[in-house]
Amino acid sequence: MTQSHYSDAPASSIPARHTLSILVDNEPGVLARVAGLFSGRGYNIESLTVSETEHEKHVSRLTIVTTGTAMVIEQIKHQLDRLIPVHRVIDLTVQGDAIERELALVKVTGRGEQRSEALRIAAAFGARTLDATLNSFVFELTGASEDIERFIRVMAELGIAEVSRTGIAAMSRGAEAL
Amino acid sequence: MSETMSGAEMVIKAMQDQGVEHIFGYPGGAVLPIYDAMFHQDKVKHILVRHEQGAVHAAEGYARSSGKVGCVLVTSGPGATNAITGLTDALLDSIPLVCITGQVPTHLIGSDAFQECDTVGITRHCTKHNYLVRSVEDLPRILHEAFYVAANGRPGPVVVDIPKDVQFAMGQYEKPQSNQHKSYRPQMDGDRSKIRAAVELMANAKKPVFYSGGGVINSGDEASALLRELVRLTGYPITSTLMGLGAYPAADPQWLGMLGMHGTYEANMAMHDCDVMICIGARFDDRITGRLNAFSPNSKKIHVDIDPSSINKNVRVDIGIVGDCASVLKDMLAEWKALNKKPDPKAIAPWLNEITTWKAKDCLAYRGSKTTIKPQYAIERLYALTKDKDPYITTEVGQHQMWAAQYFRFESPNRWMTSGGLGTMGYGLPAAIGTQMAHRDSLVIDIAGEASILMNMQEMSTAVQYRLPVKIFILNNEYMGMVRQWQELLHGSRYSESYSESLPDFVKLAEAYGGKGIRCSDPAKLDDAIREMIDYPGPVIFDCLVEKMENCFPMIPSGKAHNEMIMNDLSDDAGVEIGNIIDQKGKALV
Ligand SMILES: Cc1cc2nc3c(=O)[nH]c(=O)nc-3n(C[C@H](O)[C@H](O)[C@H](O)COP(=O)(O)OP(=O)(O)OC[C@H]3O[C@@H](n4cnc5c(N)ncnc54)[C@H](O)[C@@H]3O)c2cc1C
Ligand SMILES: Cc1ncc(C[n+]2csc(CCOP(=O)(O)OP(=O)(O)O)c2C)c(N)n1
Ligand SMILES: [Mg+2]
Repeated sequence: MTQSHYSDAPASSIPARHTLSILVDNEPGVLARVAGLFSGRGYNIESLTVSETEHEKHVSRLTIVTTGTAMVIEQIKHQLDRLIPVHRVIDLTVQGDAIERELALVKVTGRGEQRSEALRIAAAFGARTLDATLNSFVFELTGASEDIERFIRVMAELGIAEVSRTGIAAMSRGAEAL
Repeated sequence: MSETMSGAEMVIKAMQDQGVEHIFGYPGGAVLPIYDAMFHQDKVKHILVRHEQGAVHAAEGYARSSGKVGCVLVTSGPGATNAITGLTDALLDSIPLVCITGQVPTHLIGSDAFQECDTVGITRHCTKHNYLVRSVEDLPRILHEAFYVAANGRPGPVVVDIPKDVQFAMGQYEKPQSNQHKSYRPQMDGDRSKIRAAVELMANAKKPVFYSGGGVINSGDEASALLRELVRLTGYPITSTLMGLGAYPAADPQWLGMLGMHGTYEANMAMHDCDVMICIGARFDDRITGRLNAFSPNSKKIHVDIDPSSINKNVRVDIGIVGDCASVLKDMLAEWKALNKKPDPKAIAPWLNEITTWKAKDCLAYRGSKTTIKPQYAIERLYALTKDKDPYITTEVGQHQMWAAQYFRFESPNRWMTSGGLGTMGYGLPAAIGTQMAHRDSLVIDIAGEASILMNMQEMSTAVQYRLPVKIFILNNEYMGMVRQWQELLHGSRYSESYSESLPDFVKLAEAYGGKGIRCSDPAKLDDAIREMIDYPGPVIFDCLVEKMENCFPMIPSGKAHNEMIMNDLSDDAGVEIGNIIDQKGKALV
């Protein structure tokens, strides 16, 4: 039993991972507002992607992956909605079965047998080869985060020099739009 | 019809177009063009404060007592940083403000220029919204938008940071047709089916209680009037937060007094035992709920709030209605009147009887004295001698603030200006100045503590300059009393650094500023001294020497539930060892 004037930590509810899509005015400082909200209120960001999606209207779309209990996720959504430049907040996880994709660039170094092995694995994962030298490759892989994780794990055995990931872009299925 | 003018002139023109009559500020290099533009007109009157924190609190008092947006003008760098406490105060108490800050010229931003600070960065977390104006073309829109954002939805402070080159630049000004924001549209009307469900729940309640808050005051006079109508129609008891005092008249028999940490016994017991709680424009603050898992365990809860993030934030409610208090209350009234089966008044009779027994405990009774002035007595007398003048009361922060909330009685909204959420010592005097600016002929009193008043004492000079007859009524206990009380409860009466050492002579201080000083330490002379204060036509510092060791009760100690209040030593629970009441965990979490 807590002896507090402040909120008891919600003991029973389990944190879950949610993907949020947020439409915002693409004005200076908007990313700082969103990121500052997460740090200021103690929420965590697992991944964040942002880019202007409607140039004429200067509207950007952010995709944020975060974890929290149901009550915390509800707060995050309401708090985001409270930011003045935010137009809409959609919880793709609650809507169910959204498409989530991530792009990774993976640089693999090595010689001899390792090289052909790397190429075989890349082909199996459907990765594209963007650059090749005598002792390196740069692969591009687009897929669900889990696929990318698996690809990186396998390649790590062969000698990964560098990884760059975009974070998740997401969208709901069907005709309905944000 | 658009006009060509400088950015600085646009600031003043936009204020005029918004109907702004008063702006509180302090000049400096980065706002000189705006001060120059102000010089050539007299529609917007400037009140020169003595510290930028004072400007913001004055604007808060002005806004809270008048329902208008408060306006502030400060320079870059230290001017802006001095305003931070006031902005944070306004954010936590939902006070609508527009604060214009000067900024170094655009091409110098980021170069650590003289008096540069990242104002939008610093104020991002203590404003509802803020703007850095990069071009004079954007300025008219941003200025009007700022007023819209400050006043609509859940009110709050908005900062507009204007670089000096933008103030000099010439551009086109046109008064916008509407000053709305392109996408920000707060929801005003509540969901009718939820309102119907809420009224159903209310009608079937056996132990109902209304719990109203600052949102009713924010919403405006109509909301207070509708709240009164609904409460009287239902016959249900009502309590309110510190921020909501005055929305429901304290003289009414259905009124239970304030609830929460220093609330009345009857209000807290009613909240704890009720079966239906109707929360209107309050936010389940931790000073209200006490221990969360013991908060009103058996009630169904209805929550009306304009800010969706307030609903289910601290306490899960059964029916959350997003909307403006006035609009939702109007719909609630309509639904109540349309009920097929009128609730039987007898159904709540046992509940009202129970409340009567709680009231009989007379939790605000205190031990009087013939030799020293009890602080509670001082507030009671101040109330008795001023109530016919419809006074406006501001406070500082501490015991005196709680005694004012308990013993002063408010019959109308907008009469009570206090720093609730942030608890800012030094709020009261500037807030009184702002209040007096909005109500030139009214009696305005800052109920103060001797420690708090020193935090913005310099504003006495502002009061004298503008002939603002504010009355500073200091409950001088020579202690940071609230701190001393907590030390008594939590830290074995080790009064570490809470004694108010080397106090100034407040009577001489008043005179030094050009005001009047009055001192009183004799209960028998108190009434005459208070009358002398009221009758004096200028600012007064009243040094009321009160009992030093008095504690503020009732009190819900940390880690306890609403039904575990500490009462004063007049009640049956007398002789409790208050030093042992709060356990280790509670001590860590106050
Ligand atoms: C020393 C000290 C002791 C304190 N002790 C107590 C105590 O014993 N009891 C107590 O009550 N407080 C106490 N407080 C104050 C406390 O900290 C909070 O400030 C206060 O309880 C909050 O009041 P509120 O819930 O009415 O919310 P406010 O801060 O007034 O918030 C208003 C709520 O209404 C909503 N709202 C705003 N406008 C509208 C609208 N138009 N329509 C609908 N909703 C709207 C807002 O979104 C918000 O949720 C104390 C403070 C100090 C400094
Ligand atoms: C700016 C600020 N600093 C510190 C505090 C912590 N604090 C709360 S009450 C208090 C003491 C106030 O003393 P006084 O003004 O004499 O009022 P009293 O409690 O004696 O009535 C202090 C230091 C605060 N609320 N605000
Ligand atoms: Mg004191």
